[in-house]
Amino acid sequence: MSERVVELEVLRYNPETDSEPHFQRYSVSCEEEWVVLDALNKIKETIDPTLSYRWSCHMAVCGSCGMMVNGEPKLACKAFLRTFDGVIRVEPLAHFPIERDLVTVIDDFVMKLKRVKPYLIPKQDKPVSEGEYLQTPAELKKYKQYTLCINCMLCYAACPEYGLIPNYIGPAAIALAHRYNQDSRDGGRDERQEEIAATEGVWDCSFVGACSEVCPEHVDPAGAIQQVKIKSMVDWYKEHLMPWVKK
Amino acid sequence: METVRADVAIIGAGGAGLRAAIALAEADPKLRVALISKVYPMRSHTCAAEGGAAGVIKSDDSLEHHFNDTVGGGDWLCDQDAVEYLVQEAPKELIQLEHWGCPWSREPNGSVAVRPFGGMKKQRTWFAADKSGFHILHTLFQTSLRFPSIERYDEYYATDLIVDDGRCQGFTAIEMRSGQMKRFQAGAVIIAGGGAGRMFPFTTNGAIKTGDGMALAYRAGVPLKDMEFVQYHPTGLPNTGTLLTEACRGEGGILVNKNGRRFLQDYGMGPETPLGKPVFKTMELGPRDRVSQAFWHEQKKGNMLPTKWGDCMLLDMRHLGEKTINERLPLVRDVTTSYLGVDPVTDPVPVRPVVHYMMGGIHTDIRAATPLAGLFAAGECACVSINGANRLGSNSLTELLVFGRRAGLSAAEYVRSARPGNDAALEAKATAAQARIRSLFEKTGGKESTAGLRKEMMATMEQNAGIYRDANGLSEACTKLGELRHRYAEVELNDKTNVYNTDLLQALELGSMLDCAEAVTVSALARTESRGAHQRLDFVERNDTKFLRHSLAFHHPAQPPRVDYCDVVITTSQPGVRDYSGDHK
Amino acid sequence: MSRRPYVREIPKFRWFFRQPRYLRYMARELSCLFIGAYALMMVWGSKQLADGPATWGAFLERLHSPSSIAFHVLALGFALYHTITWFNLTPKALPVQVGGEFVPDGVIVGAHYVGWGLLSLAVLYFAGAF
Repeated sequence: MSERVVELEVLRYNPETDSEPHFQRYSVSCEEEWVVLDALNKIKETIDPTLSYRWSCHMAVCGSCGMMVNGEPKLACKAFLRTFDGVIRVEPLAHFPIERDLVTVIDDFVMKLKRVKPYLIPKQDKPVSEGEYLQTPAELKKYKQYTLCINCMLCYAACPEYGLIPNYIGPAAIALAHRYNQDSRDGGRDERQEEIAATEGVWDCSFVGACSEVCPEHVDPAGAIQQVKIKSMVDWYKEHLMPWVKK
Repeated sequence: METVRADVAIIGAGGAGLRAAIALAEADPKLRVALISKVYPMRSHTCAAEGGAAGVIKSDDSLEHHFNDTVGGGDWLCDQDAVEYLVQEAPKELIQLEHWGCPWSREPNGSVAVRPFGGMKKQRTWFAADKSGFHILHTLFQTSLRFPSIERYDEYYATDLIVDDGRCQGFTAIEMRSGQMKRFQAGAVIIAGGGAGRMFPFTTNGAIKTGDGMALAYRAGVPLKDMEFVQYHPTGLPNTGTLLTEACRGEGGILVNKNGRRFLQDYGMGPETPLGKPVFKTMELGPRDRVSQAFWHEQKKGNMLPTKWGDCMLLDMRHLGEKTINERLPLVRDVTTSYLGVDPVTDPVPVRPVVHYMMGGIHTDIRAATPLAGLFAAGECACVSINGANRLGSNSLTELLVFGRRAGLSAAEYVRSARPGNDAALEAKATAAQARIRSLFEKTGGKESTAGLRKEMMATMEQNAGIYRDANGLSEACTKLGELRHRYAEVELNDKTNVYNTDLLQALELGSMLDCAEAVTVSALARTESRGAHQRLDFVERNDTKFLRHSLAFHHPAQPPRVDYCDVVITTSQPGVRDYSGDHK
Repeated sequence: MSRRPYVREIPKFRWFFRQPRYLRYMARELSCLFIGAYALMMVWGSKQLADGPATWGAFLERLHSPSSIAFHVLALGFALYHTITWFNLTPKALPVQVGGEFVPDGVIVGAHYVGWGLLSLAVLYFAGAF
């Protein structure tokens, strides 16, 4: 197996001993096919057990290991070493407070996710004994892409609006609200509009599009946000210019 | 110590824990539910399950078929009353998930689609492409946000159950972000902490699957049942161990050796079935234990493809075509392409068996109750047992739903009559637990490292407790694990700070894994027969007279576990021959 | 309590230099200045036209100055940049599902270019170019 020595520059911060974050350099021998996460694991096992970061599945589905790799938000388990030359700089996800080393505080996202009511609010209730709601493959496809969000928050780290306007609900949460709005079984759009059609919702987005560019699951939150904007605009016109038309 | 009071506290917020929490919230909105997990719920390993969840839904299928497949698949070590309950509740649970928004794949008419799976006689595996576990987990997590009575404690690591007055009344847990220990006081506790696959070096399991829930119950005196049964999934990526779902074969993928022969036909799973037209319960749709064992034999014969990651068989899906692969197996294509550089559309994928699932776990009954009053368990960490000696693919997602709910309902019923606890006594026990953790920080001059011991544990498990086992290897493993248990006391933390101390976390996780590993090897050594996933080279036959029984491993703080047995519940299906040859009909 | 989460400051004005994609975005946003200026110039030009042939002639004369030509080139460049980047984003905002499948992005983007072409032709037609 071909190995090479990889240089990593990792942002370290321990609130108990450091006044502010600083970079620490590690050289570690890695296999050619490894990802950044493998390198971090090897550092933790063989060089520095104090290095802290989150990870679990190593297959880009649990969403734990989002970090900035050379300034770009990435899942460490899908950032292949072979795609980088020279020193690889690893930092915690941008726009989130640093708890410790590469671990960020994500309370803000978790609270916002809850606010947008990301669960099915059925059009009409149906007891389990009556079986499933019918949903054609076409109806499924209409929202399927937005169900793929793994909550890794790379999109928040990429979004300059979120960095500048911390109250902005942000890409993933809006995409998940949109996911339920688009679901043929759902009737909860009005409830979600209160959160996502507000200033702190879609109107804080100026369509940079970075969220969709970095999304490891190709969810396209930017698309979801623009679609919510268009629908909200139609709502507004209907309400103010054509009050006789029912929504 | 800060005390969090709840009516029911749940340890683990994966599929089973979330399902239990929702069941509690629906059963009685006034019950305060504390849901704690060492990770955020959406990071739980349920998300990595791919293929689907089994539940009878189509008209050509029956509960009896599902029952028989499960019991036979488990080599008759399943408790049949529990399996009856599972198959009967399964469709309801899967429809319930559908009502909560789970994006199940659909038939053209809008009804849910099902796919074939290994060891199943009919198509009954509900799926959401090949991210079924992911969608189940997120549907449950998002649905749980509806319920104000569920209070989440994300990134809390439970260290000790608090048992007083003969019943479990809570636990202590470390808040990772502050390093503070808190006492959770609850009328009932549900453990849903997942499996322990990380005790092996080559596993599909994520880093978090370190058997913490099992170890908590075990140390509190609850036996671990059937721990010798460790499932190898036949198709893992050879380098990373990443799972390639059984649905690859359910959709029509085939397994060949280096000569291109579909070798499963040589191991009682033949004759060969037509390419791309899988036949239920034979060839590539054989059960996981048999397929993994066939690999082992072929490897011994030198028929496997040598790669830099070891010998591999080939999983060939090319004949499925790009459209089917993209629609039904997108994740598989993504992981093989990115991690291995092999596109299943154009090339066969080298794969090898990989540790995947613990059939064994915390001894529970059909109500998800453990022998310790006030303690319930569900999901992979529990052993009801519906999986017996070998779990059929797509039964585990169903199990975590059915028994997650059951655990919630049982706990709700239990706390209705639970007496209030003795605060002073509980506080004293929590303080003792805190002192144990504190001592880890104060230890100096320790000679051992977490990473070093972990490596040795993994090596001995891989070496001696794999697909085939014998007395020599297992004895060696038992001795080694006993030695590691002693050396574990010599581990000194490198990191003695409080905030998000993953050095501490990993040391505690290693302790859990060592306990589980010893239960595995000691139980395996004691079971001198071959059954399901437990294959002994020195005892090749199944021995129903002696071993149609569940093993129970009891913890001892300073010695190897004591192994006892309890009877298997048989209702309608007497032990028979597991026949996966296609021509028997 | 030993927690002390560290908040990294975002530079309020220089943030868009952190990433090439932010710069591309700012260029798109910046294009509005040139497009706006061009529109103002058109309004001003209309007024000159209304004021009579002499002022109109002087206005046209000024358009020939090197600085005016530079401005036009820049404005045209930004207008094109804006149009192309914006059109490329339209499939996100306006996905079209026909039957089960989504219409490919290229078709939606292409339809915008076709629409643009047709509108331009119509304008030229009414301006008497043909």
